[in-house]
Amino acid sequence: MNVPTMADMMAQGKQPEVLFWVGAAGSYDDRAKKISRAFVKILHQAKVDFAVLGTEESSTGDAAKRAGNEFLFQMQAMMNIEVLNGYEVKKIVTCDPHSFNTLKNEYPSLGGKYEVFHHTQFIQDLIAEGRLKIDDTTLKGKRVTFHDPCYLGRANDVYESPRELIKRLGVNLTEMKRNKSTALCCGAGGAQMFKDAEKGDKEINVLRTEDALETKPNIIATGCPYCNTMMTDGIKFKEKEAEVVVKDIAELIAEANNL
Amino acid sequence: MQYLPNIIFALALALGLSFFVMNIRKLFRNIKLGKEVNRTDKKPERLKNMMMIALGQSKMVKRPFSGALHIIVYVGFIIINIEVLEIIIDGLFGTHRVFQGLLGNGIYGFLIGVFEVLAVLVFVAVIVFWLRRNISNIKRFLSKEMKGWPKNDGNYILYFEMVLMTLFLVMNATDASFQQAGVGNTISQFIAPLFDGFSPEGLHTIERTAWWIHILGILVFLNYLYYSKHLHILLAFPNTYFANLNPKGQFTNLDSVTTEVKLMMDPDADPYAAPAEGAEEAIPEKFGASDVADLNWVQLLNAYTCTECGRCTSSCPANLTGKELSPRKIMMDTRDRLEEVGRNIDANKGVFVDDGKQLLNDYISPEELWACTSCNACVEECPVNIDPLSIIMDMRRYLVMEESAAPQELNMMMTNIENNGAPWQYNQQDRLNWANEE
Repeated sequence: MNVPTMADMMAQGKQPEVLFWVGAAGSYDDRAKKISRAFVKILHQAKVDFAVLGTEESSTGDAAKRAGNEFLFQMQAMMNIEVLNGYEVKKIVTCDPHSFNTLKNEYPSLGGKYEVFHHTQFIQDLIAEGRLKIDDTTLKGKRVTFHDPCYLGRANDVYESPRELIKRLGVNLTEMKRNKSTALCCGAGGAQMFKDAEKGDKEINVLRTEDALETKPNIIATGCPYCNTMMTDGIKFKEKEAEVVVKDIAELIAEANNL
Repeated sequence: MQYLPNIIFALALALGLSFFVMNIRKLFRNIKLGKEVNRTDKKPERLKNMMMIALGQSKMVKRPFSGALHIIVYVGFIIINIEVLEIIIDGLFGTHRVFQGLLGNGIYGFLIGVFEVLAVLVFVAVIVFWLRRNISNIKRFLSKEMKGWPKNDGNYILYFEMVLMTLFLVMNATDASFQQAGVGNTISQFIAPLFDGFSPEGLHTIERTAWWIHILGILVFLNYLYYSKHLHILLAFPNTYFANLNPKGQFTNLDSVTTEVKLMMDPDADPYAAPAEGAEEAIPEKFGASDVADLNWVQLLNAYTCTECGRCTSSCPANLTGKELSPRKIMMDTRDRLEEVGRNIDANKGVFVDDGKQLLNDYISPEELWACTSCNACVEECPVNIDPLSIIMDMRRYLVMEESAAPQELNMMMTNIENNGAPWQYNQQDRLNWANEE
């Protein structure tokens, strides 16, 4: 799959339209890598001139910051900002709401000012500009429920762009009882992804999966690699893998368009 | 001797108000123990927030039932203050229903009529609140942190309001001239017959007694505020005004850390360099928060504003799944500790003497702090824009940067970020492998 790097671009004297920030999950996690590839297919279909940092990309430092390690966060941020500014990056798109939030809100005061998009916002723009169409027949009739990622929804008030895209798939979008600003966390945020949960009587991802299952979905749509993992684990825990799949919106669009 | 009641009234009023002012000054002093944070920008947006959220109750009604009841009590409280103003003028100058003459029977009758209806509505709403707190099994009123004083405090407020509303109606019902005029006695006309058997003097005594207990009760209630979660009726306004306006996901970038990191990353910096001539030796700053004085003043204002309604806790994913964390408890602990620090300062002639305690561990445990997913549900829920998450984060920062006391798995994750630029142990050179793996 053709994924140009900023270094390649620079060697050819070119500046891409947008930098795709893949993120650690999108680069290394087997499940999340599929989301990265699906998004790249969409970018190719829409003929978007993009590049990634590749081996020059490093953790945004989000997880370190939420864990309380401001030192590590700022070191990561400043190193990344040096690289990004070195390539004169102006526009960034990412499939990870945590990277999205950090790059958009926390990098500016450290010297990294960019226009940052979540991939659902970016795809929406592509559609609005007439560069991409979504085939609304492939998934027609499927029941889809969308789980709002905290760092996209409450953290940045982005509730509509994922929903607009889901509606364009021609599917039946159903809402969970806790949705948008009242959505329940998947349980992975605040660096919880990397540790065992504190003692309690249930796992958060199981509770959230129960919310989703109440809508009797065929597909649980997500817009965050961590939410995706947590919901997939929840479905396995509930032994519903046969009936319900968890898919990122980018994957659903790639599937609808037969990419 | 005929001025005796007026003098007693003036004294009671002065005493009640000065005690209140004294406590408010203490409140200011305690809040100012917090660190500076600039919340004076974007004034129009702040004002709008205050009007919508505190005055307009826009976040209260997100839970329609309790929201509607709250609005009744709130509107009743605001409007009945006009009546309190009349009582104060009457008390000071020995007049009787001074507004009746000033406004004329029509307007006055309308106003008092509305007050009477409101008094009944408030009474009913307060009864429902009491039933919700004490009879219905509503989870957020049964949490661990709601035992003892917080539970009693809630009930005392409700009893106060029941008594004050009753006294207001009895006072009107036994006011013979008011009943005879027949203006504005929308409710009290039905209560008046209960007192039919009384002589005019007896009736007058009851009216005066109700009047006195009513106004003295209001003064006592005013002074109860400082000791109670009911303080929100005042602090909701500044609290919503000074609330964070940045996106909820945007956490502060600690400036003290930025300075250090820049120094570390600057190849020309000499770590052993003597401070510049004349430069003051800076006091090394503590990273994060372990006690109330490490928090900023808005966080402390938040703690005093908290009404302990528990909407935050009832939407917290960690709490919903049985973990120790309760955002409400974080706020209550912060207030309790701040009050303790304040009493310490009072007892030691204006300076804080170390008491061997702090907010961390003595009030809030690391287990609570580590259970947070930073999802902002508590911040979103709060009807008065309190931010428990910012306190949790500042305390995590202290645990990690001052005490290196993160859970082992998080230490591993952070080491990985430091060494490989990812929270997992993968080689940075493999970062683009995903592109060719299909």
